[in-house]
Amino acid sequence: MAPLPVKFKTKEDFLSFKQRSIEQYEKNRCYLAVCGDTGCSVQGSKNLYDQLEIYLRKQGYTENVKLKCTGCLGLCENGPLVIVYPQEIFYQRVEPEDIEEIIEKTVIQGEIIERLLYSDPVSGEKYIYGRELPFYKSQLRNLLEANWKIDPGSIEDYIANGGYAALVNAVTEMDPGAVVEEIKKSQLRGRGGAGFYTWVKWEECRQQTGRKFIICNADEGDPGAFMDRSLMEGNPHSVLEGLIIGGYATGAQEGIVYIRAEYPSAVEKLKLAIDRAEDLGLVGENILGSDFNFQVYLSIGAGAFVCGETSALIASVDGRIGEPVQKPPRLVQNGYLGRPTVVNNVESLANVPLILRDGAQKYCRVGTEKSSGTKIFSLVGKVNNTGLVEVPLGITLREIIYDIGGGIKEGKQFKAVQTGGPSGGCIPASSLDLPTDFDQLSSAGSMIGSGGMIVMDDETCMVDIARYFLQFLADESCGCCFTCREGISRLLEIVKEISDGSAKPGQLELLKELAGVVKDSTMCGLGQTAPNPVLSTLRHFEEEYRAHIEQKHCPAGVCRELITYSIDQKLCNGCGLCLKNCPAGAVTGNKKEPHYILYDKCDKCGVCTTVCRAEAVIKQ
Amino acid sequence: MKKAIVLGFEVPRGPDGVSIVALLQAIQDKYNYLPEKLLRRAAREMEVPLIDVYSVAKFYKSFSLVPEGRHQIVTCTGTACHVRGSEKITEEISRTLGVKVNSTSPDGEYSLKCVNCVGACASAPLVIVDGEYHGNMTPLKAGKLFAQGAKGKTAVS
Amino acid sequence: MVNMILNGLDISVEEGTTLLEAAKFYGIDIPTLCYDETLSPYGACRLCLVEVGEPGKAKLFSACTYPVREGLIVKTNTKRVIDARKMIIELYLASCPSSKKIQDLASEYGVTEVRFTPKNDECILCGLCVRVCEEQMQAKAIGFIDRGVNRYISTPFERQSEDCRLCGACMYICPVCQARCQGPREEETICNACLNISPPCLEKYDEAMCYMDPCVACELEKEPDE
Repeated sequence: MAPLPVKFKTKEDFLSFKQRSIEQYEKNRCYLAVCGDTGCSVQGSKNLYDQLEIYLRKQGYTENVKLKCTGCLGLCENGPLVIVYPQEIFYQRVEPEDIEEIIEKTVIQGEIIERLLYSDPVSGEKYIYGRELPFYKSQLRNLLEANWKIDPGSIEDYIANGGYAALVNAVTEMDPGAVVEEIKKSQLRGRGGAGFYTWVKWEECRQQTGRKFIICNADEGDPGAFMDRSLMEGNPHSVLEGLIIGGYATGAQEGIVYIRAEYPSAVEKLKLAIDRAEDLGLVGENILGSDFNFQVYLSIGAGAFVCGETSALIASVDGRIGEPVQKPPRLVQNGYLGRPTVVNNVESLANVPLILRDGAQKYCRVGTEKSSGTKIFSLVGKVNNTGLVEVPLGITLREIIYDIGGGIKEGKQFKAVQTGGPSGGCIPASSLDLPTDFDQLSSAGSMIGSGGMIVMDDETCMVDIARYFLQFLADESCGCCFTCREGISRLLEIVKEISDGSAKPGQLELLKELAGVVKDSTMCGLGQTAPNPVLSTLRHFEEEYRAHIEQKHCPAGVCRELITYSIDQKLCNGCGLCLKNCPAGAVTGNKKEPHYILYDKCDKCGVCTTVCRAEAVIKQ
Repeated sequence: MKKAIVLGFEVPRGPDGVSIVALLQAIQDKYNYLPEKLLRRAAREMEVPLIDVYSVAKFYKSFSLVPEGRHQIVTCTGTACHVRGSEKITEEISRTLGVKVNSTSPDGEYSLKCVNCVGACASAPLVIVDGEYHGNMTPLKAGKLFAQGAKGKTAVS
Repeated sequence: MVNMILNGLDISVEEGTTLLEAAKFYGIDIPTLCYDETLSPYGACRLCLVEVGEPGKAKLFSACTYPVREGLIVKTNTKRVIDARKMIIELYLASCPSSKKIQDLASEYGVTEVRFTPKNDECILCGLCVRVCEEQMQAKAIGFIDRGVNRYISTPFERQSEDCRLCGACMYICPVCQARCQGPREEETICNACLNISPPCLEKYDEAMCYMDPCVACELEKEPDE
């Protein structure tokens, strides 16, 4: 990396650097944005990027055609994604073989390559420009838009696109109280799960004296959620800027980013961002010539979901096991090292520069009365367009799943959408028109949570989902309080019995009673919300539970003890593929004769169904 | 990034100095497990009661007190991966390589772990082999991926 | 002094006391398992739950770790609290039926059925042994290992600890180490022999034997050469 000029001492220093960055950015208007996010790199985008680099160098195009390895571009399902600028031509499922054509035809001659365009799975219509895709049209990508334009490793790119202007303005023109006031007017609510008003936390901390801390919770433990990871990989400076502004507003001179170990790429990007910000004097002593000092530390998690809970997080930063403590006393009075501490989520912090730059009033125009702004959701599961979506709060679930998500994969039936991770619940088809609003989703038995949105079709068993989440929480419980440790274990025991058909009548009532007590009596958020998946699936899908108990039947065909695989003797052509591939040796039969499955050996793994070309395997 | 040297390891410093978790992470990174001797030295050096060091080592899933295999296989068991069949994939790998979950094969070649979400949910289900991500896996693909490994070849993929 | 409302009574307590200490001072009985007045509170057993907060917004908290505050409204015996306590005791019985303390609690709170599969855990992870070792004996020889249902108490590396002075304080303070009486229904998960206010032994003796510690009623019954 090229060395940066000396640290900014005044607002003018920043502005002249910004001017130079803009000029440089404008010069490089012709570039290819190649998604380098973990999601796309799994599909080979790293190699694609390397090959592109080689090609451009070989052809001598590097002066005029730039490459940006960006963060998540959104439509993860169709990766690797390449967007050609300045036209913003959107190519998907790009392979190294397409490179020559893309450069020679599209970049040099402005021609479109039809086969690389996105085509709607239902209508077949093709789209050229990124913004036109139905997936992107209904979104409002206030936070994620920058991912298309910047190289996350380049602080110049970030500043050229408006970055750090909010911080500079706050430190040189506003006093801390005024910053909090602006966040108050924006009505920003925590994006990590609790939906608590950010300004309340900040104001309370601002009132305390002495040493204070502000912590960015980048643990993102909810399985199925990767919004924070993509923000940190795609635009780490936006999070950093929010953290520094938070420090200024609360009077905390030390910021800590607690990030999970399972995100190695995000850790690297953040480290680089912190280093670059330090180089420019946006982190360190006497920022912009003021008496505001701010240091940033990185603390890496060691594999514990419970450390997403704020008091357990602090224990982990402190080098102890992640055991939460009861509140009160609250963190703002007794937090890290016994000092006043504020903990904010990654996405909440990324919203802060946006609010200060555009003003709270503009921010409030998006969203609902009690839930302002946008929210990033990770839309995954059985939906056509999976990926990261950013929408104004208040949009309905139906719009997200159908308009943006493109409906259910393979034309199957929608069954439920799980929101809020292990602390949330499942929402059935009857509530698809519910707006995504903090309070509305809570009263439906779920919550917005961190933003994970998992779509399920009729091949998903709700009892199995409840079992899955309970197993997850049982593994992750710290084990300190009895009701969480034993309660979750017993809830899991009962749900397992229901799933394998050995449940006695009366178990549903016991399940409800126990779930209620666990929710009420546990010390921390993990235990208190642990029963939510069970309670919400019971609330909306009780008949499915009853089918498992009373008829020993799994309607979705998932619960292993309750399904049997057999081969239709009329359809089987005796090819023997199932026999060859069966890992349990449960298929028997002679060549060219119908085969059959030995029930006592069958593992219910389903491999036979996937290999059979005659569709002769029946699941009951 | 502020760093300090403890027991010969470069460890990031926090606002309160070096945390024992950070030191253990450095040891785990280098040796692929936490040797008992080093843990005892860490306790003495950092002036932390030995039981606390042991407790931390056993609490967090990223630490291992026994040497892990030469090849680390991780299956993601996040919700998106689960809904797309990660359980069966884990079983298939376990069966093909003869390793139980959260343990190492007897010949020390492979360890198999499950992790609760690596954040690449759109390419679910995921299997990570020695840090390399493989997406859109199926039990069949997993079986094929490791079939070579089971036959004794050193390269896994 | 802090003024608050406890079970409808206006009380005044010193700043820094916990709800449990305040309740004890005013003679209100709250059951505990992981609490000892000589050790720091832990809040793990969840038996000492009380309802705190304004009606409609109240939540349950463990009294042993909740500091008193001006204007708090606390209730120790609402239906919500009792229902939670009974379920928690039922869970304890299912985990650890061999403990005298837990059987006594069951009788005291009228828990008469156990709807979960009984296990025979020897430890309820209350942490009293860990705390007495650290705070009273200043040894820190044992601690909590692992997490969730796999959590257990042990020494470093599961071997004899150099810090352990073999004082036995951990065994002394353990609420589960005291085995239940070998009286009526000893084989069953739940005994309830002392459930009635009038214990069966009062039919024979002038004094209720099970309130003695240990109960010797069954011993007195035996013939000399049995």
